[in-house]
Amino acid sequence: MENIFEVKDLNTYFGDSHILKGVNLSVPKNEVTSVIGPSGTGKSVFLRTLNRMNDVISTFRKEGDILLDGQEIYDPKIDAVDLRKRVGMVFQKPNPFPKSIFENVAYGMRVHGDNNKKRLQEKVESSLKGAALWNEVKDKIDESAMSLSGGQQQRLCIARTIAVEPEVILMDEPCSALDPISTTKIEDLIHQLKNDFTIVIVTHNMQQATRVSKYTAFFLEGKVVEKGLTDKIFIEPEDKRTEDYITGRFG
Amino acid sequence: MARNWEEYIIEKILLLAAISSVIIILLIIGFVVAQGLPAIQFTGFINFIFGMNWNPEYNLYGVFPMIVGSLGIMALALLFAVPLSILGAMFLAEVAPRAMRRILRPTIQTLAGIPSVIYGFFGLIVLVPFMRVHFGGSGFSMLTASIILTVMVLPTILTISEDALKSIPLEYKEASLALGATHWQTIKNVIFPAAIPGVITAIILGMGRAIGETMAVIMVAGNVPVIPGSILEPVRALTSNIALEMGYAVGIHYNALFATGIVLLGLIIFLLVIANYINYKRRVTIGGGYL
Repeated sequence: MENIFEVKDLNTYFGDSHILKGVNLSVPKNEVTSVIGPSGTGKSVFLRTLNRMNDVISTFRKEGDILLDGQEIYDPKIDAVDLRKRVGMVFQKPNPFPKSIFENVAYGMRVHGDNNKKRLQEKVESSLKGAALWNEVKDKIDESAMSLSGGQQQRLCIARTIAVEPEVILMDEPCSALDPISTTKIEDLIHQLKNDFTIVIVTHNMQQATRVSKYTAFFLEGKVVEKGLTDKIFIEPEDKRTEDYITGRFG
Repeated sequence: MARNWEEYIIEKILLLAAISSVIIILLIIGFVVAQGLPAIQFTGFINFIFGMNWNPEYNLYGVFPMIVGSLGIMALALLFAVPLSILGAMFLAEVAPRAMRRILRPTIQTLAGIPSVIYGFFGLIVLVPFMRVHFGGSGFSMLTASIILTVMVLPTILTISEDALKSIPLEYKEASLALGATHWQTIKNVIFPAAIPGVITAIILGMGRAIGETMAVIMVAGNVPVIPGSILEPVRALTSNIALEMGYAVGIHYNALFATGIVLLGLIIFLLVIANYINYKRRVTIGGGYL
């Protein structure tokens, strides 16, 4: 088993507030890893640290190592823009651009300098197929993305992300704003995507974690309390706190 | 029962307040039109609008040079002010550190609060001689007036554009950055396009201020009622035409100044309609959403 991310003794701060406290976690390649835990325990911060989205906040600070294929991603030599090409992200709330469906998916290629019409068209089609959205939108590819339903918008956001061909896709509660049918579609999609991508997904939905992921990490108050195979964590957790959380006694 | 009465009375008071401003505007427009029409009848509509000579001594009332003057000064001012304001707004909204923004924004807003006569006086004392030395001519010109107007409309366009840029949800920005776009690519391709309706509103307001400005323009434009051969020659704006001559106008001359006011009103309404149409058209073609 090969790990794509190695996180060692990670501490993060926003100004004076200490969010992540000594996180150690490995993310295996081409697998789905779930991050679970109560609200406000730093799951999203952890995710956003992996593609340096926290850099936008000026008071953000981190200590410890985050290695992507053995290289520290906060190394001054690494450009955050290049990193985000390799580590894509899907957000909690579907956030397509107020542009056409086509332009949403083509955006990544365009900003990376590829404006070749034929290549764009091929890529948009393959990405939409990859996100299981092509059949629903192929006849209205030039309409506004805002005309799609919430579930379709979220799959569009996934299509947009895979069009950039990242190695890792981070998903921050991608189904929390969606209805059960849309959620099922996204979960099916995650199963397909893991063949080509490594996925890290934050979720509040225990069933979702068991359905989609092979590995799980349980976060509590900025620390990883337990990590390992999803089946093991949900069937026989080692830590009392994990057991309490997954059986719904708090959180 | 008493409560219903209270509701009723308050609703009527609100209605009255809303209607009264409309009534006042209609009364003013009605008055201007009534006072101006005799002059338009006297010279004929076509001769009045497209007439090249304005010479009250000979009862010649053609406002075309002033229409060209007003539109020219405004267009030139917007040509300078719009790019400057939009880039400045992008800087304030996206790039400037918080401390810098806290100083810059009120400073720019102060520019909007300075009375126009001060701008005019500054223009007269500093800018006109400068233009005379460096560009030749008298220094009183369309260009000089538009430079002063640029400074005057800049704060309006800049601050409203900045608000429009700031109101774009953070999710768009994050989505773009997460796809590996640079900050500038994100501003250019996502934040700015989504803010365009607000930016157009800002430009409309700036345009209104530019075409309606009187005092500062009078002081630096030279006020010759002739179509200028170049932007370095003097011009007269429609507003200046009214202000310059109202002190001594009698009879048909007096009516002609109100007729100038009608033309100015018509021009502003025309520009507003065009600007709103552009805005409307953009929203319709993209369908749903903002852009």
